[in-house]
Amino acid sequence: MTITKNKAEWQPADVKQELLKVYPPKVARKRAKQILINEAEESSATPEIVANVRTIPGVITMRGCTYAGCKGVIMGPTSDIVNLVHGPIGCSFYAWLTRRNQTNASSENHENFMTYCLSTDMQDSDIIFGGEKKLTAAVQEAYDLFHPKSIAIFATCPVGLIGDDIHAVARKMKEKLGDCNVFAFSCEGYKGVSQSAGHHIANNQVFTHVVGQPTKERSEQYKINLLGEYNIGGDGFEIDRVLKKCGITNIATFSGNSTYDQFASANQADLSCVMCHRSINYVADMLEVKYGIPWIKVNFIGANATAKSLRKIAQYFGDKALIDRVEEVIAEEMPAVQEALKDVHPRTEGKTTMLFVGGSRAHHYQELFKELGMKVISAGYEFAHRDDYEGRHVIPTLKPDADSRNIEEIEVEADPKLFRPRKSAAEKQALESQGFEFKDYQGLIPDMDKNTLIIDDLNQYEAEKLVEIYKPDLFCAGIKEKFSMIKQGIPMKQLHSYDSGGPYAGFKGAVNFYYEIDRLVNSKVFGYMQAPWKKNPELSATYVWE
Amino acid sequence: MRKVAIYGKGGIGKSTTTQNTVAGLAEMGRKVMVVGCDPKADSTRLLLGGLAQKSVLDTLREEGEDVDLADIRKQGFGNTWCVESGGPEPGVGCAGRGIITSINMLESLGAYEASEGLDYAFYDVLGDVVCGGFAMPIRDGKAEEIYIVCSGEMMAMYAANNICKGIMKYAQSGGVRLGGLICNSRNVDNEKEMIQELAKKIGTQMIYFVPRNNDVQRAEINRKTVIEWNPQCGQADEYRGLARAIDGNDMFVIPKPLVIEELESLLMEFGLLETA
Repeated sequence: MTITKNKAEWQPADVKQELLKVYPPKVARKRAKQILINEAEESSATPEIVANVRTIPGVITMRGCTYAGCKGVIMGPTSDIVNLVHGPIGCSFYAWLTRRNQTNASSENHENFMTYCLSTDMQDSDIIFGGEKKLTAAVQEAYDLFHPKSIAIFATCPVGLIGDDIHAVARKMKEKLGDCNVFAFSCEGYKGVSQSAGHHIANNQVFTHVVGQPTKERSEQYKINLLGEYNIGGDGFEIDRVLKKCGITNIATFSGNSTYDQFASANQADLSCVMCHRSINYVADMLEVKYGIPWIKVNFIGANATAKSLRKIAQYFGDKALIDRVEEVIAEEMPAVQEALKDVHPRTEGKTTMLFVGGSRAHHYQELFKELGMKVISAGYEFAHRDDYEGRHVIPTLKPDADSRNIEEIEVEADPKLFRPRKSAAEKQALESQGFEFKDYQGLIPDMDKNTLIIDDLNQYEAEKLVEIYKPDLFCAGIKEKFSMIKQGIPMKQLHSYDSGGPYAGFKGAVNFYYEIDRLVNSKVFGYMQAPWKKNPELSATYVWE
Repeated sequence: MRKVAIYGKGGIGKSTTTQNTVAGLAEMGRKVMVVGCDPKADSTRLLLGGLAQKSVLDTLREEGEDVDLADIRKQGFGNTWCVESGGPEPGVGCAGRGIITSINMLESLGAYEASEGLDYAFYDVLGDVVCGGFAMPIRDGKAEEIYIVCSGEMMAMYAANNICKGIMKYAQSGGVRLGGLICNSRNVDNEKEMIQELAKKIGTQMIYFVPRNNDVQRAEINRKTVIEWNPQCGQADEYRGLARAIDGNDMFVIPKPLVIEELESLLMEFGLLETA
């Protein structure tokens, strides 16, 4: 059925009804709780949404699997840890260089194993008799080939089903090899409800096996960790450029363009800056508990957001030299941004978009669209949890379910040797009294306009329906959604892998993004979707019997 | 060729019953192949006189794809063909997948071809139908008739009922049917009547009641089937009887498994009969 109403006539409640109409009653009830009409401005409390629950079987979800979250997202961007996948070849091959996370291996002795695809290539007989021996041999082979500092082993679905003890193999090989840190991830694809489970599994293991391992002393000034930045399209390079210009030392990025030594030295930073709250806030918490490093939420997507984040970091260190330097840098960088905006803004202002991506990106990118004068009419995450929508205050009320119990929660305590509070309670309080916020994230909902639709785990059907109703000028999601949107005549921007663009972070990234969006929303190509003779037939005729 | 699979609770005597019955069929002049579907590879010990046999999967692992039928098939008592599927060590890998692989292997090597002149192929399957792999013999027409070995003990009956659920599932899509229950007696009170009643409720028959006799153990110690060890003893005749019953069986049904309450009330009824 085609929709005949004009888009101005649609009320959000009608749209929600329309999306749910097709479902059987039980499914409709479940989905209704994941589709929220934003009324944040009216009531003081942020409305509640259901998130991080299983996708309904049969629905074409935008989500990925646990293995994708662990191997692809978190460990994929590290450059000198050999990634070895234990499983049939497809899991490895199709996770090989498919995300546009970039590495810079140009410095001396900087190994880059990202371009290799290592797999145990399990066969029928390995499934029957178990694959531990093959895995052991593969670890040895990888070591002999590369002599890496570290080898990471990833479990695929069959490994969990047949019960290969990959952690025992890792322990044994670490001991045998002596100078290579071998550790493993039980990240079978079927675990959890989305890739989010894989992020947890990956981060927990990196924290357990790598952070705080012996490495060189870092004595630079203003040392930070950048958590949850994956260097898609070179975002991390741009952020590092800006940080360096300000005189801030980024010790460890989790995990864009990262190295083993970066992870190992993360405990030496004096501040953790969290970009993607979803994938890594718990690591920031653990760094604070174990080593005494406070954390703040930052966002380097959007020129204003970048400036704000830099000022926040400077305020934390409280050093006048740094504060002044940050202002200088902002003053230097902003003119180019403003100039680009002056050019682009008249063409983008008032355009509409929808964002369904990630566990943070659907929120962060609203900064850039705000700068462009564009309106976000609907947004949602694929794999976020309630705290990413409603803010961190809901965390104590989140109840673990059967799926989240699948993922190991690690308890940490203050390290007897390495714990050192970077700020005393009084210092923290002094900062807070100036409005400075530690470990604070309000989530996506409060930043969205009234009457916008916030939809968790959007699926293909709902996406197409939404677009049909609202006819936005741009749709942002991932590769799976790309072509169905284009076929509907809607420009589409991938915010997972940026298509072939980027970086979009920082100041230069913002300029890139402005021009990219200008190009998309003002493209004339979609005007030619319908063949001209279908719109204006040169001849018209009827059959004689009509 | 009739393709028969024997299921039943672990430890109920599937392998012993299968081999003794096969000995009876062989004595009647039937040509039989026994395929052991148990990673322990002990389903053909009595027919082969205790000869440790190299399993299909071991052979496959050691010799690669280049395997001959002669490598995996040994001749046992009464010119029976004996095959062990084999499988992984306890606690590793996937035995179910192993059974699938080895049956496929046997098929591709032509073990079931008409030229082999088989009257019967017997699958002796480990325990319950725990997962897809162990259901393999009853899928895709690998086995067409199933006999469930059970006794009057509650858990054995419970397992038999559960196996019926597996058969029912595949009976809808394939041709597999239940041929009957074989009661391997544990000397439980009212055992024969109870199993007969259970069989009736499921919609099948108790095809034979095998009495408990220590001669079975004596033959086993000697690594022989009862018929080979002492053809004259009474227990040998019992197995001949079972072999004849199977050979002449024409009752093949889609079972109707009981709900647990029905099963319990059956036990209650026959248990109370004993105390009265």
